[in-house]
Amino acid sequence: MSHDAYSGGGRFPATRWSVIAAARSADVAERAHALEALCAAYWKPVYKYVRLRWNRVAADAQDLTQGFFSELLGRELLSRFDANKSRLRTYLRVCVDSFVMNEDKAARRQKRGGNSQHVALDFAAAEEELGAAAIDAASLASPESLEEFFEKEWVRSLFALAVEDLRQLCVATQRERTFQLFEAYDLEGDDHISYQRLAAEYGIAVTDVTNTLAWARREFRKIALGRLRELCSTEDEFLREAKAVFGWDPQ
Amino acid sequence: MRHLSDKALTRLRAGAELPDLSGTRYRLMGQVARGGMGVVYAAEDEKLQRRVALKVLEVPGADGELASRLMREARVLARLEHPGIVPVHDVGTLADGRVFYTMKFVEGQRLDEYLKTVESIPDRLRIFLRVCDPVAFAHARGVLHRDIKPANIMVGSFGEVLVMDWGLAKIVVQAGGGALQDADATLFESPQAISADNDTTQASVITGHGTVLGTPGYMSPEQARGEVGSLDGRSDIFSLGALLRFMLNERNAHGPVPRLDKSLGAICARASAQQPALRYATVQDLALDVSRYLDGLAVVAHRESVFERAARVYRRYRFFILLIAAYLLMRLMLLLVLKR
Repeated sequence: MSHDAYSGGGRFPATRWSVIAAARSADVAERAHALEALCAAYWKPVYKYVRLRWNRVAADAQDLTQGFFSELLGRELLSRFDANKSRLRTYLRVCVDSFVMNEDKAARRQKRGGNSQHVALDFAAAEEELGAAAIDAASLASPESLEEFFEKEWVRSLFALAVEDLRQLCVATQRERTFQLFEAYDLEGDDHISYQRLAAEYGIAVTDVTNTLAWARREFRKIALGRLRELCSTEDEFLREAKAVFGWDPQ
Repeated sequence: MRHLSDKALTRLRAGAELPDLSGTRYRLMGQVARGGMGVVYAAEDEKLQRRVALKVLEVPGADGELASRLMREARVLARLEHPGIVPVHDVGTLADGRVFYTMKFVEGQRLDEYLKTVESIPDRLRIFLRVCDPVAFAHARGVLHRDIKPANIMVGSFGEVLVMDWGLAKIVVQAGGGALQDADATLFESPQAISADNDTTQASVITGHGTVLGTPGYMSPEQARGEVGSLDGRSDIFSLGALLRFMLNERNAHGPVPRLDKSLGAICARASAQQPALRYATVQDLALDVSRYLDGLAVVAHRESVFERAARVYRRYRFFILLIAAYLLMRLMLLLVLKR
């Protein structure tokens, strides 16, 4: 994955940089690519949401998550999405709800044919995260808390993808130490960490730590925004989502 | 793929939000304000060793609409050198791709907060006149503010009044005959004539016909209708009228809501008339009428009755009238005493 891939707004061509646009394409390969990108950003939030909101056991939730993403393109759900009316993640969450309800009515495993597209998803990792977070399902009763939970998990998923991209970028450009510093300061969650301590640990000047972290954050931001841009269908939606993702007050 | 804790999410958000000032002469000191277009930080200019205000976009990209607006705001401010308008020092793009500009750091209060400490109506009117000055100056330079409201007026620690936030400003060009001609309309009619580096080009792209920008309550009806092409200085005069009404009605920290004098009410009404043709023609005309009121003269906006005129003349010459009355009373009493 090249560094430049993210600088111009993602891995889709400039004229069709959104997964939404790609998902509506007549080109099968492009649509598959869109599903892959959507899956990467949304499968964990969807899985965790199904586990908690619908109170499903892991095996059930895995099946539903797989089924949902298979049907997402199959039933052309994305073609009905209108960025002017709602956010993509709200639309997807509502789609998940109706998918689960419909599946309940019609013995889902039998109904789904063998031609559905399955995506390799690391459910064990998602289960581990759910266990570590110890979220109380009862606290997700209100629509606001459901939306909030889904949004937070989506941001977590998006940031995790961006961090992974950044790690790969650092490896590719021989900046492993940069990623280590970034990891130690921004990802470990250590309250007592400081630039001075990192400088002493790595035997470098404090200004080097400052500059290195500034670079890593700048790249992280660029990558995260690039990924986000892919998941939005209009510039307005992108700006709204950028504000939501980075915690800025929507105006 | 790595799992991110809630704490890591918070750190990543905070780290990604802060502007990357590496490679610049500025050092970040703290956030001052957040607006619709960007965030204002206090920063230290390390070369000149002074504090500046650094306004930066929230989203990177030097070619987006917001970036153009911020750049244009900086250029508008740069062309308006006036004590009532914050001077711009620098403009550019940060290493993280976000457009920024730096300006003088103003220490003071927003007008709505400051008014809580100002009780007297004449004092409030004098502040209003100091708001009119930079707006009139900008109009003379072919610039409409388009977002005049209490939140965009700062009163500095030495009482200086500054009109802030020119992000919605519209640039109009001064035609040979002296009238303000709408640059947008001209450019839309003949797009082939647009020069790439012409500042007004950007104005037309950004303000565009049919775009509603401004603040409800302070925005003129024609601005609210999105009639960008027909806007002129009278649109800002409408906002100034709304601002004046706010300044006169705003309760101070201890007292009741002041009672609005008929003449002042008429000035407000004329300035913020629904029809542009019924408003003051220029900001100077509005300011002149307010000055007349302060001097105890009849205002253009209100036709007085005989009683109102008498009351005004009495208020204006109260000392002399009372002096003469006292003299006449004394003469009368003396006459009565001598007659006995």
